[in-house]
Amino acid sequence: MSIPGKKTLQSRRRFLENISRAAGGAALFGIGLGLYSQQSKSLPSEAIRPPGVVNETDFLSACVRCGLCVRDCPYDTLKLSKLGEQVALGTPYFDARDIPCEMCEDIPCVKACPTGALDPELTNIDDARMGLAVLIDQEACIAFQGLRCEVCYNVCPVRDKAISINRLHNNRTGKHALFIPVVHSSDCTGCGKCEHACILEEAAIKVLPVKLAKGELGHHYRLGWEEKQKAGKSLVTPDIEHKYNLPEGVQYDYEGKGLIQPDSGSSTGSQRQPGDSPFNESALDRLNKGRL
Amino acid sequence: MKMTRREFVKNNAIAATATAAGVTIPGIKDVLAASEDKIRWDKAPCRFCGTGCSVLVGTQNGKIVATQGDPDAPVNKGLNCIKGYFLSKIMYGKDRLTKPLLRKTDGVYDKEGQFEEVSWDEAFKIMAVKWKEALKNDMAANKGKSADKITSTVGMFGSGQWTIFEGYAGAKLMKAGFRSNHIDPNARHCMASAVGGFIRAFGADEPMGCYDDLEHADAFVLWGSNMAEMHPILWTRITDTRLTKKDSEVHVLSTFKHRSFDLADNGMVFTPQTDMVILNYIANYIIQNKAYNKDFIGKHVNFKKTTTDIGYGLRPEHELEKKKTGSGGKLSGISFEEYAKSVEEYTLEHASKLSGVPEKNLLRLAKLYAHPTKKITSLWTMGFNQHTRGVWVNGLMYNVHLLTGKISQPGNGPFSLTGQPSACGTAREVGTFSHRLPADYVVKKKSHRDLAEKIWDLPEGTIPGKPGYHAVLQNRMLKDSKLNAYWVMCNNNVQAAANLNEETLPGYRNPDNFIVTSDPYPTVTAMASDLILPTAMWTEKEGAYGNAERRTQFWRQQVAAPGEAKSDLWQLMEFAKYFKMEEVWPADLLAKSPQYKGKTLFNVLFENDQVNKFKKQVVMDDRGNSYQNDEMDDFGFYPQKGLFEEYRRFQLEGPKKGHEQADFDTYHKVRGLRWPVIDGKETLWRYSEGYDTYVKKGEGFKFYGNKDGRANIITAPYEPAAESPDAEYDLWLSTGRVLEHWHSGSMTRRVPELYRAFPDAVVFMHPDDAKARGLRRGLTAKIISRRGEIECQVETRGRNRPPKGLVFVPWFDAGRLINKVTLDATCPLSKETDYKKCAIKIEKA
Repeated sequence: MSIPGKKTLQSRRRFLENISRAAGGAALFGIGLGLYSQQSKSLPSEAIRPPGVVNETDFLSACVRCGLCVRDCPYDTLKLSKLGEQVALGTPYFDARDIPCEMCEDIPCVKACPTGALDPELTNIDDARMGLAVLIDQEACIAFQGLRCEVCYNVCPVRDKAISINRLHNNRTGKHALFIPVVHSSDCTGCGKCEHACILEEAAIKVLPVKLAKGELGHHYRLGWEEKQKAGKSLVTPDIEHKYNLPEGVQYDYEGKGLIQPDSGSSTGSQRQPGDSPFNESALDRLNKGRL
Repeated sequence: MKMTRREFVKNNAIAATATAAGVTIPGIKDVLAASEDKIRWDKAPCRFCGTGCSVLVGTQNGKIVATQGDPDAPVNKGLNCIKGYFLSKIMYGKDRLTKPLLRKTDGVYDKEGQFEEVSWDEAFKIMAVKWKEALKNDMAANKGKSADKITSTVGMFGSGQWTIFEGYAGAKLMKAGFRSNHIDPNARHCMASAVGGFIRAFGADEPMGCYDDLEHADAFVLWGSNMAEMHPILWTRITDTRLTKKDSEVHVLSTFKHRSFDLADNGMVFTPQTDMVILNYIANYIIQNKAYNKDFIGKHVNFKKTTTDIGYGLRPEHELEKKKTGSGGKLSGISFEEYAKSVEEYTLEHASKLSGVPEKNLLRLAKLYAHPTKKITSLWTMGFNQHTRGVWVNGLMYNVHLLTGKISQPGNGPFSLTGQPSACGTAREVGTFSHRLPADYVVKKKSHRDLAEKIWDLPEGTIPGKPGYHAVLQNRMLKDSKLNAYWVMCNNNVQAAANLNEETLPGYRNPDNFIVTSDPYPTVTAMASDLILPTAMWTEKEGAYGNAERRTQFWRQQVAAPGEAKSDLWQLMEFAKYFKMEEVWPADLLAKSPQYKGKTLFNVLFENDQVNKFKKQVVMDDRGNSYQNDEMDDFGFYPQKGLFEEYRRFQLEGPKKGHEQADFDTYHKVRGLRWPVIDGKETLWRYSEGYDTYVKKGEGFKFYGNKDGRANIITAPYEPAAESPDAEYDLWLSTGRVLEHWHSGSMTRRVPELYRAFPDAVVFMHPDDAKARGLRRGLTAKIISRRGEIECQVETRGRNRPPKGLVFVPWFDAGRLINKVTLDATCPLSKETDYKKCAIKIEKA
């Protein structure tokens, strides 16, 4: 059932929209090719270049717009930009939300490139850096609300390296954990599988050009634990063994747990040999101590 | 539109009645004003896994337009998994069935014909013709036989996704009406081994603990359960405990690495079937180190020895069945010392050698169970249940908890998780199994049948005493023409049952049989049938489910089903109208209840002054919203309420205690209650003094399901799998689910976002195994067993990381039916199929 009057209202609105659209179009046309050349320098954020593009300027000067990479893409991921699109006319790109890169092991698009615009040095697709996935809307991402989704993590071809899951306490419910996807630029190829599969109406995770997505740590600072991992050992000679004044039965673990008291449950129990556990008390009595 | 108008009229009628009576109903004016454009919110449990998350369902103009996790539900506190997030979309797939469809040629039924739309009356008429043929044959075959000898050729395959009312009506229609015990739920594939384990150890089904264990335990051990994907919200609770509780730990055992290993402090990948070795080793370790609880064992435990070498539930002519030396589950009493001796051979070295798990990991696990104070919750699902020694391995788990007395306490206990939303509430509690009656009663016992016949007001000897065909046997009997009239409801068994080419499809397409499938969507099973009945789903009907922690949750009907789709409940009851009692019962039985002569089956089963006890009324919530109830409109009484209150008589009037539920109206008000509900109070930990009112002061514990109040520790030696890899078929195949899809994918694959997230089944395999077969990630592989083959893409980097020698394939994909490949071997006691183990080979496609 439609309510009389409502329809006319809608039509009027549509009419106004159309008018403004037409006006906008005319204006664009007026600006003409001047703007086109400007556009070709700044790639829109949703357009991702094929594997092997090192930087946009070099790529644009080397690409002869032959379309061979697009022809050889087995998944119809790549397309050539058309007149009126914001991408430089005739150059290859893809929209990850539409069709992401399948990361072919033999990289046919790079092989097809006659000019080296797509870097022939790229032989391992894991080394491609088409863009960088960014979990851009943490409000809309249901994982941040505590729901169990992790679709982006699960579809990631470099799963656990490019996207991992960080588990955090859910302060709202107090008894559930949050499973938060975290992207790692060290391994993200920018293939866009995550953006493609994001189950939201508008993807919360998006692949962006690396330049746009990436921050940079101050050159004056290092992350200590990463440097230690890189070196495979402490950068400064490890401490001598620490010794403590402790009451009988209490231990101190310098590396991890700190003070270990005998009644604190497992930590001591698991180190105790089976024979030496005091099993003389009835288990029932002991268990009942743990009651609500 | 139709629905909104109807609701509008109904609301107006209430308002008018109220005004006439001088009563004001709070909110009714608002409802009337807002029903056209405001979203109405009401609660319902999620219809996927056994967790039992509650959601709020938003309805507008007769359509579910939104859902939200119910922030007040204790299970999920407003959260959902990715499937729950899309609940509002599962009803609106483009290919919903809206009319009955019958295979026809030239206007008449033909098994080889094409599906054509028919009316409900035509559908039920042809069904009734086929049923009556079968019943006539049955009556001739059963002439002069007593109730415990009679047989039937009528069968039904039901569901752990049926509502409680539907399961109850289905069981009553079959067992009392058609006098056939050939009714079994798909829960047979899912929970039967757990049931068998519970009954043997405790004399009563279902877990003693509840989800509060997840916060109270110090340690969790997962045995053959990938909770991270299959019970996503419960997993967030375990994860949170692990993150926030000092010294808590998580141990995970499986035959391949999966998402739950991400949280594991002690992850163990074992050779398939050797879980039995590991559990016996733990028991041995506890005994050798005197870590058992002598006092608890002395007061509360018996020791029993089982029959061994019991076969693999295959057809009797199968080589493995001919070789076996024992059968059945007969138990004999033994002493503690004899029990101790029986596990002596399971040393650390032996267990490590057989299982392939390093000694240090096994020792850490054994020490955990032996720890004097650490509270341990053990959890499992299909890894234990889908096992050719499923009942045994469930029992081995109880042995460990009983030896240490770590049971029926907050944080302490063995917890068998359920796969389906009402595997507990419907399949198990209502007794839709071929051997069961409502509330833990069984058909085999005369006194139990007597009770059912008393409550159902049936003449003595109506209910057959022989357990009927279980799930796997039903398919075999269909193939062998011993089951001829068959109704599949609320499941997709052609896709789900193992060895489908050899043992499922032949029976469905057997010219001697008439197969009916009720489903919302055209599933593989529907396609294999002769008649398809369009079915209402989830909140298109009033319903009730029972989750894994014994929590019963109700919901009201929120929207109308599309087209002519009808609920399973309506179908079960309406079909009974097509039978005169003379056509279903023999004259001698009917003579015992002459008042039923000339009546319909519907009159006898559902107009018995119990099911039809509650007059047609308006279903209202406390906020003044009213809800339609299509079954009530059609039958003229409130069938859900009548069925539930009749079912409760089994809980209240029989000799078995401890299954009590609250009354019907209470459940519409609360967010679920954990039974037994005694004087309005829930039971959190069964068998435990203080928590369970059936345990008297000073008793400490009482396992009152068994007459002597003691639980049974039962021996179970390691016996090999039915089929293991050999030179030709050199890999193990395990099957299962993924987070994004529910069971056969008939609902979740119709949600575009979920389909995009995990479109097709893949074979998860070790990269070296792939390489050795000329395969790599993304290439198509052929998965071949002695029974059949499928093709799917290779995944070597995915969420499941199998060891060399084992592959995993999920079964949700109707286009890649892995059950062509699987073996229909079952646990001979529970009759549950082992979907986790068979031998295959893989080739490049």
